[in-house]
Amino acid sequence: MSVKHPPSAYTYLRHKKKFPHVWCPGCGIGIVMGAIIRAVDGLGLDQNHVAIISGIGCTSRMPVYMDFNTMHTTHGRALAFATGLKLVRPDMHIIVVMGDGDALAIGGNHFIHAARRNIGLTAVILNNHIYGMTGGQVSPSTPVGMVATTAPYGNTDPPFPITDLSIAAGAAYVARSTVYHSHELEKYIRTGLEVPGFAVIEAVSYCHTTVGRLNKLGGAVEMMRNLKETSLTRRMAEKRSPEELEGKIVRGVFYHDACRKEYCALYQEIQEKAGGAKLAARRISSMEMV
Amino acid sequence: MTMPRMMQGNEACAAGAIAAGCLFFGGYPITPSTDIAEHLARELPRVGGVFIQMEDEIASMAAVIGASIGGAKAMTATSGPGFSLMQENIGYAAMTEVPCVVVNVMRLGPSTGRPTSPSQGDVMQARWGSHGDHPIIALAPASVLECFEMTVRAFNLSERYRIPVIVLIDEVVGHMREKVILPPREDIKVLERLRPSEPPEWYKPYGSSPSDVPPLAPFGSGYRYHITGLHHDEAGFPTNRVNEVRPWTRRIFRKIKANVHRIARCETDGVEDARTVIVAYGSVARAASEAIKTARAKRRKVGLLRLQTLWPFPTRTVDAVCREARRVIVPEMNLGQMAIEVERIVGDRKVRRVNRIDGEMITPREILDAIEGK
Ligand SMILES: Cc1ncc(C[n+]2csc(CCOP(=O)(O)OP(=O)(O)O)c2C)c(N)n1
Ligand code: SF4
Repeated sequence: MSVKHPPSAYTYLRHKKKFPHVWCPGCGIGIVMGAIIRAVDGLGLDQNHVAIISGIGCTSRMPVYMDFNTMHTTHGRALAFATGLKLVRPDMHIIVVMGDGDALAIGGNHFIHAARRNIGLTAVILNNHIYGMTGGQVSPSTPVGMVATTAPYGNTDPPFPITDLSIAAGAAYVARSTVYHSHELEKYIRTGLEVPGFAVIEAVSYCHTTVGRLNKLGGAVEMMRNLKETSLTRRMAEKRSPEELEGKIVRGVFYHDACRKEYCALYQEIQEKAGGAKLAARRISSMEMV
Repeated sequence: MTMPRMMQGNEACAAGAIAAGCLFFGGYPITPSTDIAEHLARELPRVGGVFIQMEDEIASMAAVIGASIGGAKAMTATSGPGFSLMQENIGYAAMTEVPCVVVNVMRLGPSTGRPTSPSQGDVMQARWGSHGDHPIIALAPASVLECFEMTVRAFNLSERYRIPVIVLIDEVVGHMREKVILPPREDIKVLERLRPSEPPEWYKPYGSSPSDVPPLAPFGSGYRYHITGLHHDEAGFPTNRVNEVRPWTRRIFRKIKANVHRIARCETDGVEDARTVIVAYGSVARAASEAIKTARAKRRKVGLLRLQTLWPFPTRTVDAVCREARRVIVPEMNLGQMAIEVERIVGDRKVRRVNRIDGEMITPREILDAIEGK
C-alpha cells in the first residue's frame, strides 16, 4: 500500500472559522477526524456530496470542524436523521460519527435498526468507554469493574460487544481499530465508505480526562501507549485462548458482505414497482449542485 | 373538476400531503393516525417519494428532518403517545428552522388513555411540548375537506416560514367519512422553500433578511454549511455570545409574530350581533353549529367563531369578535386548554367552559344547554 501525502487541512477543515476546538489536549477524537478526512480524500469524493452527521457528545462535536454538509443532531438520533437524508439523497456519502453512549445507549435502538435495514451509511463509533462530555459516567461499553462517576465502586453492567452486535443486527461491514493505528483506521473507514450497505467502524480511543483520572491510568500518553500494547490483530488473536485475550483489543475486519442489497437500492425497486422510479431519479438530479 | 367522493379525514390528509408535494413520510403506527401512514406507503413510491416505517416516533421525527434537509418536503403522522416522543426533535426542527409537518390525530390521554376515543387534549402539548421557548404553528381541521386543505396549507406554511407545523386532527374528524369534492390540481396553491441565489461562500443559512426567513439550501446542492441544535450564529456555527443568541431568538419569534394575520385563520358565522359567541375548533365546532341552529330557531342571538389555526393564537380576531358579546362559550374535549387563551383575552368572567374528557363527543345538546344558561 502506498502512503498518500496527507491532504491539505485547508481543503477539509473550517480552519478559519472553528478553531481552536473544544477537545481536551491529547484526546483521540481528532485522530479519528483525521482518519475520516484522509479516507474521504483517498477516495476522491466530492466534498459537496459528503455529509457528516453526529449526535451529542465530545465525539459528536466533530462535524463542526469539517467542511462538508454537516449536521449535529440530538443525543443518540444521528442514525435516524441520516436515514431520512440518505433515503432522499441516496447519491450522497453519509458518515455518522457517534460516541459509544450516543450509539449504543440512547441510540441503541436506532443503531440495530439501521444495521438491520443495511442502509448505506458509514457509522463511526468512537469508543472511549465512557460518557466524556458529561464528565465520566458509565456507558454501555464501560468494562466491568472500571470506575466512573456513576459507578464509584466499579461498573457492574457488562459492556456490549460492538462488533458482534453489529454483525448480528445485519451490518454489511464491521471493523475495529484504535486511534493509535490511525492508518488502519483510515483504511477501514475508506472500505466502509465503499461498501454499499451499512458499515460500522469501531474506533477505540480513550478519555484521559475522566477514565484516566478516575482509574489512575495516567494521561493521554499512557492511555495511547496502552492501546498500542493491549491491541492485536485478528490473525494474532486466533492463536490465543479466551483467557489470554481478556482485556485485549482485537483489531481487524470482522465481517464484510459485499452481496447484500443496500436499503435505498431496495426501495428504488419499490419505486419501480409503483411506477415512480423515474420521478425519483429526476428529483435527485434536480437536487444536484448548483 | 374532480368528482365528488366519500373520503375519510385521514385519507384526505394523506391526499393533501401528496397534493402539497410531500416526498417523504417517516412514521410509526398508532391509532387513530395509522390510515395516513398506510395511504402514503402506497402513494409515495408512485410519485417518486419515499415511505419508511421507523423503529419509533423519535426516529420518525429525526428521519423527517433529515429528509427535509435533503430537500424533500417531509411529514409524519402520529397520536398523543407518539407525539410526546417526537417533542425533542420537534424542538430541534424549530431550533434549526427546518420545514416539516407533524400530523397528530388526537386520542384520549393521558398515557395510553383510550386509543380510539376522541379528544383535543394535545392543544397545549402542540404549543409547549418541546423544551425551551420557540414559535410553532398548529392548525385544526373540522371536516374531511379541511383535512385535505389544511395539510396542503401546513406544508406551505412550513416551507414559507421554515418552521415545524402541527396539524391537530381530532379522532372524530380523522375517522369521519364525508362526501368531498377535492379542488383540481391547478387550483391548489403549493409553496416551495426559498433557496439561496448567492454564491455558496456568501450563504448564511441563519442570516438576517427582510422577511426574517433566510433561504434554505438542501444538503448536497453545493452549499456546505453546519446545522446544530446548539444556539448558533448566522452561519450556523455554535455560539455562546449573547449578541448572537439574542438576534436569532428575536428573529424566529418575529417571523411568526409579524405574520399572525396571515397565518391565524378563523371562520365566523353570525357573530355581528351575537350576544353569545361560541369559540370552538375541530369536530366540536360542528356540534356547536348544530346547537346554534336550534338556538336561533328560538330567536337567540348566537354566533360561532371557529378557530382554524390554534397557534399562533388569533388574539386580535378573538378580541374583536368577543368584545361586544355578553357571553363566550368555549366547548372542547379537554379541560379548557383553549379556554385559558380565550379567558386571557376576554376576561374569565364572561367565559363559560364546556368540557369533556371521558372519550365521548360533546353533543349539540350540551352546548345548547350552555347557550340557554342551564
Ligand atoms: C436526551 C439527552 N440526554 C442526555 C444528554 C446529556 N448528554 C450529553 S453528551 C452525553 C453522553 C456522551 O457520551 P458519549 O456518547 O459516549 O460521547 P463522548 O462524549 O464520550 O464522545 C449525555 C448523556 C443530552 N444531551 N440529551
Ligand atoms: S472529556 Fe474525554 S472524550 Fe471529551 S474531549 Fe476530553 S478527553 Fe476527549
